Amino acid sequence: MLRPRKMADFGYHRQSVLMSNEMSNSSFPTVIELVTDIRQGATTASAVLESHLSRIDLRERDIHAFNVVTVEKARETAARIDSDIAAGINCGPLAGVPIALKDNMCTRGVPTTCSSKILEGWKPPYDATVVTRLQQAGAVIVGKTNLDEFAMGSSTENSAFGPTRNPFDTSRVPGGSSGGSAAAVAAGFAAASFGSDTGGSIRQPAALCGVVGVKPTYGLVSRYGLIAFASSLDQIGPFSHSVADAALLLEVIAGHDPLDSTSIPQSAPSLQSALSQGVKGMRIGRIVDLPEGSEPEVLARVDVAFEALKSAGATIVDVTLPSLSFGLTAYYLIAPAEASSNLARYDGVRYGLRVDAEDINAMYGATRGAGFGDEVKRRIMLGTYALSAGYYDAYYGKALKVRRVIADDFARAYSTCDVILSPTSPTVAFPFGSKTNDPLTMYLCDVFTIPSNLSGDAAMSVPFGTGAHGLPVGVQVLAPALGEQPMFRVAAELERAL
Amino acid sequence: MASERSIKITPEVVTKVARLARLNLTAEELARTTHQLADMLEHFRDIDKLDLADVVPMTQPHPLKNIFRQDVVVAGLSHQEVLDNAPATQDGRFRVPPTIGFDV
Repeated sequence: MLRPRKMADFGYHRQSVLMSNEMSNSSFPTVIELVTDIRQGATTASAVLESHLSRIDLRERDIHAFNVVTVEKARETAARIDSDIAAGINCGPLAGVPIALKDNMCTRGVPTTCSSKILEGWKPPYDATVVTRLQQAGAVIVGKTNLDEFAMGSSTENSAFGPTRNPFDTSRVPGGSSGGSAAAVAAGFAAASFGSDTGGSIRQPAALCGVVGVKPTYGLVSRYGLIAFASSLDQIGPFSHSVADAALLLEVIAGHDPLDSTSIPQSAPSLQSALSQGVKGMRIGRIVDLPEGSEPEVLARVDVAFEALKSAGATIVDVTLPSLSFGLTAYYLIAPAEASSNLARYDGVRYGLRVDAEDINAMYGATRGAGFGDEVKRRIMLGTYALSAGYYDAYYGKALKVRRVIADDFARAYSTCDVILSPTSPTVAFPFGSKTNDPLTMYLCDVFTIPSNLSGDAAMSVPFGTGAHGLPVGVQVLAPALGEQPMFRVAAELERAL
Repeated sequence: MASERSIKITPEVVTKVARLARLNLTAEELARTTHQLADMLEHFRDIDKLDLADVVPMTQPHPLKNIFRQDVVVAGLSHQEVLDNAPATQDGRFRVPPTIGFDV
C-alpha cells in the first residue's frame, strides 16, 4: 500500500520536520515502494504524479527547485504507463516513478538552460542517453531542476534564474551545483532526481538536503547529452530518499554507451544484491590526516558512523592521504581549463543568445559578456590564463601531475582498505550570501568531494543525522574505481544504523 | 618556471586573457577579476611545495583505447533541426556578422 504518511501536509509542518533526524527517509515514499504499489495496482502512476504535483504547487514558490515543470508531458506519460500496466505490459523497473532532471541534461524539445542566459530558450534536438534510459525504464519526468550556472558553484546561488532554497531551512542554501535536484527530492517534488558531479555537485547538495547522492566511477554512466563543464571530471548520478533507491536508479542508467567515447565498455553492475550483505569483515579507512576546517558536529557524526560499522563487524583501518588538500588547487586549475575550452562553443552562431555587433569577434565578445554570469566568467578567465602560452606548464601541466599524485595516494590507501569514510561537506547548509564575496571560501566547500573526481573513483553521500542548527549531515563513502558494490554495502549498513 | 609564476596579474594581463577568451568585461568586472585572479593564483602556489619532477601527468581517469564505430550510415540530425536553434539563418545557413576586413 502507498502509505499516506505526512506527505500531503509536509508544507505545514516544517518545524516538526526540522526536529526530525530522518525527515527525508521517513516522510515520503521511496522509489521502490512506489514501483511496487503501482505494479500491484495499489495506486496508479497518475495518482502518484498528482501527489507530487500538489506538493510542487504547495511549496515550489518558496523552494524554486525547478527551471521548468513539464506538467502536461508528465501527465501524458503517466497516463500511458497506467494504460500499459492495465493491458498487462511490463513498463520497466521505474514504471510510474516521478523523476526530476538537472537542467544540464538534454531533453528533446524541452528547454535545457544550464541556468544560463546564454542558453535560454534553447531546445535540444536530442535526448541525453541517461534520459533515454530513464524513459525506457518507465520513469515519469516531471521537470528540469535549477543549478549553479553551467554547474559551477556549491550553493546554487549562481543560477541566472535565482537561487534554490533548502527545504529544511529556506534561509539557507541547498548546496550545489545540483541544488535543485537535491531540494526536489528533499521537498517531495519528485521521488528521485539526477544531477551531475564534477567536484562534488551531487554529494554536497545531497548532504546539505538530507538525501542520498551518488557520484559513480568516471565512465560508468554515459555523458552523452550532459552539457559539458569539465569533461574528464563530469559524471551523472542519482539523488534519492534511500540507499536501495540509489542502487536501483544507478543500475538503470549505468553501462556502456557507444555515444560516449569515455564510457567503460562493460554492462551495469549488480548493486541491489549488495545491499543486504552487511559489512562483516570489511576494512573501512579512516583518514588520519584529514584536512582541517570541519564543524565539530559534522566530525562527530562521522565518528558515530565508524562506530556503527565497527559494531556491524567491520574493521577500522587508519590511512593517510597526504595529497588530499592539494586537490583543491589541482581541481580549480583543471576544471576551469577544461571549461574554458568546452564553453568556447557558446559563440552566438548556432544556438542560444546572440548580441549583434559590427564584426564577428565583437559579436562573440558581446554575446559571451552578456550571456555568462560572474562565476562562469571567472572560471573562463582562470582557465584561459592557465592554458595560455607561457603559463601552461606552471599551472595546468603541474595540476595534471598533482592529479596523478592524488590518484596514486588513493590507490595506496585502497591496498589496505575496501572503502574510506569522511565527511561529505565540512559544514551543514549555510545562509545565503555567506560565501559569495570570496570565491576561495566557496571553493573550500568541495575539499572532501573533489579528490574522487580527480582520481575518477566512486563516492556517495549518505544522510546520517544532524549537526549544527539541527541541519542534515552527510557521511561520504569513498570507493576505488568500479567499487560501487562495496560502497553500496557500507552505505546500506549506515542507513540501517540510523 | 618560478619566474613565470611571479608574474604580476595586472589589468593589462586580464585584458589580454579576456580577448583570448572572446569575453567582454566591464571596467568593474575587469578590476574585480584582476584582484580575484591574483588571489586565486597566489593560493594555488601551495602545489609548488610538491616534488613533481618525475610524475607523469594524468589527463584522464581511466585510459581507454580509441574505439572506432562500424563505418555504416546512421541517422543524424536533419538540416532543418540543426538550423532551428540558430539566432539568424539565411538560405539554409547560419548568418553571422562580417568575418573579414577588420582588425582581430
